[in-house]
Amino acid sequence: MNIRKKASDLMAWIDYRLPVTKAYKTHMSEYYAPKNLNAWYFFGVLAMLVFANQLLSGIWLTMFYTPTVEEAFDSIEYIMRDVESGWIIRYMHEVGASFFFIVVYLHIYRGFLYGSYKKPRELVWVIGMFIYFLMMAEGFFGYVLPFGNMSYWGAKVILSLIGAIPVFGPDLQIWVQGDFMISGVTLSRFFAFHVALVPLIIILGVYLHLIALHQVGSNNPDGIDIKAVKDEQGIPKDGIPFHPYYTVHDLIPVVIFLMLFFAAVFFFPGGGGFFIEAPNYVPANNLSTPDHIAPVWYYTPFYAMLRAVTVDFLYLDAKFWGLIVMGGAILIVFFLPWLDRSPVNSMRYKGRISKAFLMIWTISFLCLGVLGVKPADWAPSWVSPVLTIIYFSYFFLMPFYTRWESCKTVPERIGADR
Amino acid sequence: MKRWTSWLRISAAVIALVSVSVPTQAAENSINLQDPGNDIHDKASLRNGAKLYMNHCASCHAGKYMRFERVARDLEFSEQEINSLMRYGVTKVTESIKSAMTQEAGEMAFGVAPPDLSLEANYRGKKWLYTYLMTFTRDKSSTTGYNNGVMPNVAMPWVLAGYQASLEGQTNSWNQKKMLATKAGTLDSLEPEPQSFAMEMRDLTNFMVYMAEPIRPFRERFGKYVLFFLLVLLLPVWMLKKEYWKDIH
Amino acid sequence: MSNESFDDAPSDGRRSFLTGTTCALFTAGGAGLMTPYVKSWSPSARAMAAGAPISIDLTKISEGEMVVEEWRGRPIYVLKRSREMLESFESLDEQLRNPSSEDDQQPVYAKNDNRSIKPEFLVVEGLCTHLGCTPKFRPNKNEEGFTGFFCPCHGSKFDFAGRVYKGVPAPTNLKVPPHHYVDDNTLIVGAEKEETA
Repeated sequence: MNIRKKASDLMAWIDYRLPVTKAYKTHMSEYYAPKNLNAWYFFGVLAMLVFANQLLSGIWLTMFYTPTVEEAFDSIEYIMRDVESGWIIRYMHEVGASFFFIVVYLHIYRGFLYGSYKKPRELVWVIGMFIYFLMMAEGFFGYVLPFGNMSYWGAKVILSLIGAIPVFGPDLQIWVQGDFMISGVTLSRFFAFHVALVPLIIILGVYLHLIALHQVGSNNPDGIDIKAVKDEQGIPKDGIPFHPYYTVHDLIPVVIFLMLFFAAVFFFPGGGGFFIEAPNYVPANNLSTPDHIAPVWYYTPFYAMLRAVTVDFLYLDAKFWGLIVMGGAILIVFFLPWLDRSPVNSMRYKGRISKAFLMIWTISFLCLGVLGVKPADWAPSWVSPVLTIIYFSYFFLMPFYTRWESCKTVPERIGADR
Repeated sequence: MKRWTSWLRISAAVIALVSVSVPTQAAENSINLQDPGNDIHDKASLRNGAKLYMNHCASCHAGKYMRFERVARDLEFSEQEINSLMRYGVTKVTESIKSAMTQEAGEMAFGVAPPDLSLEANYRGKKWLYTYLMTFTRDKSSTTGYNNGVMPNVAMPWVLAGYQASLEGQTNSWNQKKMLATKAGTLDSLEPEPQSFAMEMRDLTNFMVYMAEPIRPFRERFGKYVLFFLLVLLLPVWMLKKEYWKDIH
Repeated sequence: MSNESFDDAPSDGRRSFLTGTTCALFTAGGAGLMTPYVKSWSPSARAMAAGAPISIDLTKISEGEMVVEEWRGRPIYVLKRSREMLESFESLDEQLRNPSSEDDQQPVYAKNDNRSIKPEFLVVEGLCTHLGCTPKFRPNKNEEGFTGFFCPCHGSKFDFAGRVYKGVPAPTNLKVPPHHYVDDNTLIVGAEKEETA
């Protein structure tokens, strides 16, 4: 009894100075989430879990890795063989990178399905897309660090994109490299970005993403605004406290996710050539390109779009337009909240045209991903431009078809129409 | 109402199936690669492979990431055994596999320096390695008088030619003995079949797979326990969710 | 539904039992996950290779002379003691803090009057037990009549068996590292003789 009293006194002492209890209530025990969240809503929690894994394993890897041209490759093998348990830390980081993208792609796709980007969640969406963009940068810098032959040539291809910018591109490229080729100078700055700058901004981004989400509340598969119907205490009638209901709920996907993750770590750490590509088992060689260069799988849809542009246009060469198309493909997703003019949030209530467009868009995005892995001549040359046009038309036509199509009526309460 | 999502799932599955085809390796894979059928957990095979590597490969190909000490510990070589495998200037068991040849000497002799083979099995894949080792053949049209199935105009000398011939000879004569013994009904007293060249190359490939990632046998054994633990963990977690969600109507 | 149903949710035994079990299992899993992180800090195979036992050729040391070798970053003093050095020990006992080596500064096989396996050879780590400076070898008597090891940092004194004098800052005798002889002329520092051989 006495101890309990002392504990609550201590808590009061802290709360007066630091709002711990208040934060716990706002974000856990009195954060009311819709009661109908389905499996698509697991991926946010899972992304946080993988991110924590990346931070921890990454910090440990920096203790053993050497960011110099001479020793980078050797230091990876040092971690794999000489450092005790180093192999598992490295595999968790390397497999974690691919799993991070898997869960984040699914997390973003959930937004496409249920209109999570729509008012009032525009900032949640934009911050989230910003995190995704930073992750792509982070993944690229990280991929260069082992300095295998694929690291080197991957970096070379991406950096030469900078050189495609008209007028000052070539000088800019040399400035970014800090040398006339990719050298130890480049490696050092990529290392600093990968282990310090980019992760710091991502942490900030994740924090803002969560604060913005908890400000407006979670969306749900029906896209019903649960805050519209509240009880006498002002609590949404279709909401349930995040803790304990969603904490215990989320533990199930966490454990299942860990099973998949560790199955990969222990049995398929190379991901069948998708997580670690075979040419990266040879040290970087600036005189010999691997026979077939493909970026890591999570960039391939955008890489395919980059490659799809093969015609010069308006006095600028195709290489530059490829860069514009690739950049535009990522940038346009930021604007989804303002492109979607539908009165409803969720695909469940949108019309047939929206559904058809999303379906075709999904297929084209996946096909672009496959094309990006394959050599350029693997498919007929018209395929990737057509898929690229489909990709963009989904967004460009959205303001029109979302307004014209007829939607179903959204019920006022969750579960009302079942 | 939800039919369109299942539609979507089906199309996603189709794409997934298409994309399953692993990234294609070099264009030189014109012949079918054979699976060595090796077992990374088979210590006898790995030990034999280690001996083959040291006897036939190590004079030109270093394995700079593979310490002898680690080989001895993992493959249970005694101090004497591992000392007999150490050569080409290696004096301490903590050192790694060195070759007798310098980079320059290698380039002079073969045009390209013999590569370090520590990670070769991961780079080429075990099927490629095994097929490479198995498909050296005589070829009069080639300047060297021999050729290779997966790497045309290969720079590496056919170092195993004599070894291969002698093993094939042994296998042939054993097969003849077996035929005679079958006729005479004295199969019981027949000596055991000698290791064929294919089996030797399987063991060599096996060792190289091990050398590319020495932790692999342990990792695969240990992984099972981790997955089992997580499976056990799933049970209370599942029940906990069920219990709490009784509240939600 | 009303939200009262979860305000006073039944906190029965089943709920707390399942929570307890889940927490216990997650703690166990977390501990397991931390293991590689903790283990990765122990000396790597490279460090172990660099810190492997060293071999010292004893034929190059003449009587009364000392050589310094390095093992795991520490100076190893190997002194071939002369008859006078060995004979000096008995008379010193009164002046020493721990003449009969009643502490853990040497392996059992060096816990004797000479603090060595072979009487003529002293093998010690050349690090003062006070603050880790390297004591100087003083084979010849100075004006006070001292011979032995003298630490220049804070004046600690040791005799030719590495035993510390009374009234100096160093608390214990110099440390004897694990060592053994493979033959009459070869000393191995850093490893004990294997039982099996």
